[in-house]
Amino acid sequence: MLDIPLFDDFKSWKAYCLEENKPLYMPVLSYEIMQRGRTEAEIWAHLKKAYLVMTEAITTGLTEDMTSRSGMVNNSGKKVYNTPITVLSPEFQKLISRAIAAKEVNSCMGRIVAAPTAGASGILPAILSTIQELHQLSDEKILEGLLVAAGIALIIERNAGLAGAVGGCQAETGSAAAMGAGAVVYCLGGTIDMVFNAVAITIQCMLGLICDPVAGLVEVPCIVRNASAVSIAYSSAQIAIAGVGAVIPVDECVQAMGEVGQSMETKYKETALGGLAATLTGQNIAKKVLIQNIEILPEE
Amino acid sequence: MSERSSIFDMIGPIMIGPSSSHTAGVVRIGRTARHILCEMPTEATIIFYNSFAQTYEGHGSDRAVIAGLLDYATDDVRIKTSFDEAAKVGFKYTFKSAGNASTMHPNTVKIIVKSENREIELVGESKGGGLVNIASYNGFRADFSTSLNTLIILADDVKGSVAFISSILSNDDCNIATMNVSRVGKNALACQFYEMDSSVRELTLAYMRSLSWVKEIISLNALE
Ligand code: SF4
Repeated sequence: MLDIPLFDDFKSWKAYCLEENKPLYMPVLSYEIMQRGRTEAEIWAHLKKAYLVMTEAITTGLTEDMTSRSGMVNNSGKKVYNTPITVLSPEFQKLISRAIAAKEVNSCMGRIVAAPTAGASGILPAILSTIQELHQLSDEKILEGLLVAAGIALIIERNAGLAGAVGGCQAETGSAAAMGAGAVVYCLGGTIDMVFNAVAITIQCMLGLICDPVAGLVEVPCIVRNASAVSIAYSSAQIAIAGVGAVIPVDECVQAMGEVGQSMETKYKETALGGLAATLTGQNIAKKVLIQNIEILPEE
Repeated sequence: MSERSSIFDMIGPIMIGPSSSHTAGVVRIGRTARHILCEMPTEATIIFYNSFAQTYEGHGSDRAVIAGLLDYATDDVRIKTSFDEAAKVGFKYTFKSAGNASTMHPNTVKIIVKSENREIELVGESKGGGLVNIASYNGFRADFSTSLNTLIILADDVKGSVAFISSILSNDDCNIATMNVSRVGKNALACQFYEMDSSVRELTLAYMRSLSWVKEIISLNALE
């Protein structure tokens, strides 16, 4: 019998599931019970509540006024949802609008689930609610998918990091997209390899993305990046579930993400000193929305 | 080796606002001030330092601190409208910004808050992920996390007082996680801060309050 994996890597997670003939979500459940002393009932209750808050955030974003103090957020989710021009398909339009809507709720002081972080809080809601609707999946299946997503996040956190301040935006929206892609393939009955390939391919697509929020606020480009992350998650899931491999194994992709994050300059890690934040317009916005009336204390 | 992460932090926390350090953490600091005050606040001055100083409006830290002072939890949807709620109960406040506080944590907020009978000053640091450190209380160095039950004891700085209180707590089956004493001058007042895994019984609190050298006892429940 193999020990319950500690989510240090994908390899041991897979080995355990194959050896013990368990579905992917089971060892995640056992991990939380063993490491954190929670009961199975508590865990399912938390996931259920989290999924409810996620779907509520979408509804809030699509129905209530979403304007932020800075003025950079202005009801984009609703606009995308309601526009008569459908670029690809109604499903795609809905998917994108949901990611934006849920993320806008976060920017506008509404209630969300940080998954894995607040900046990426539109991604899993849009991915999961859409896959559930399109394939008539049960809530139970979605909650299992959330556990698989949590397992993916544990491994990325351990080997690369999940915070924009640590690894750039690849760590935040990239990880959320990887979690979502894995969950989608799992929920649709893909094999372990397919699930992990979806994660690997997503990371390959999000690799290198910097964190450069205008004026330091989690609005621009964060909101549109939640939408693009969702699209990448879906394209990766579609590729992986067809049995296409990632070539570079998932654990190595995570390592690459960690390496890229480490060598990323500080100005690209949430400091609002580089990228879009440092553009002329970005700086002008910062001047306008940031408080300038600051008492400078004497050196101590 | 540090504790392994929880899946509740991978899918969670459930929270309000754009960033856990600028919103959830600030709500917690405000709420701690409220619990120490024990009453509805009437007036407050709130100073945001360093990296908080410029962005507190954009991140909603101002609404978060008022929500905390109104005793809302970090996932309460009323955080968004906390200014309106404060107006309803006649609670007035002003915000200030201060930069270049080199000895302070980058995300620091100071709260000076009055109620009908009391006035306190609390300095809190938001450390990310909604975690906080209460750096000082009424000028006494504090250092507690608010995620455990906390006992604050203001007393004359008499010999053996710490040992005495610790033994009362352990006789009461309280497991003390951290303990700090902060003094103002020699033989003047000392403030003791205990973090514990469980709360102290009312009877024990009453006994400690009856001690002649004890000036004030505040018992805070762990915040979620
Ligand atoms: S740009 Fe930075 S703040 Fe915005 S979502 Fe990405 S990591 Fe988060």
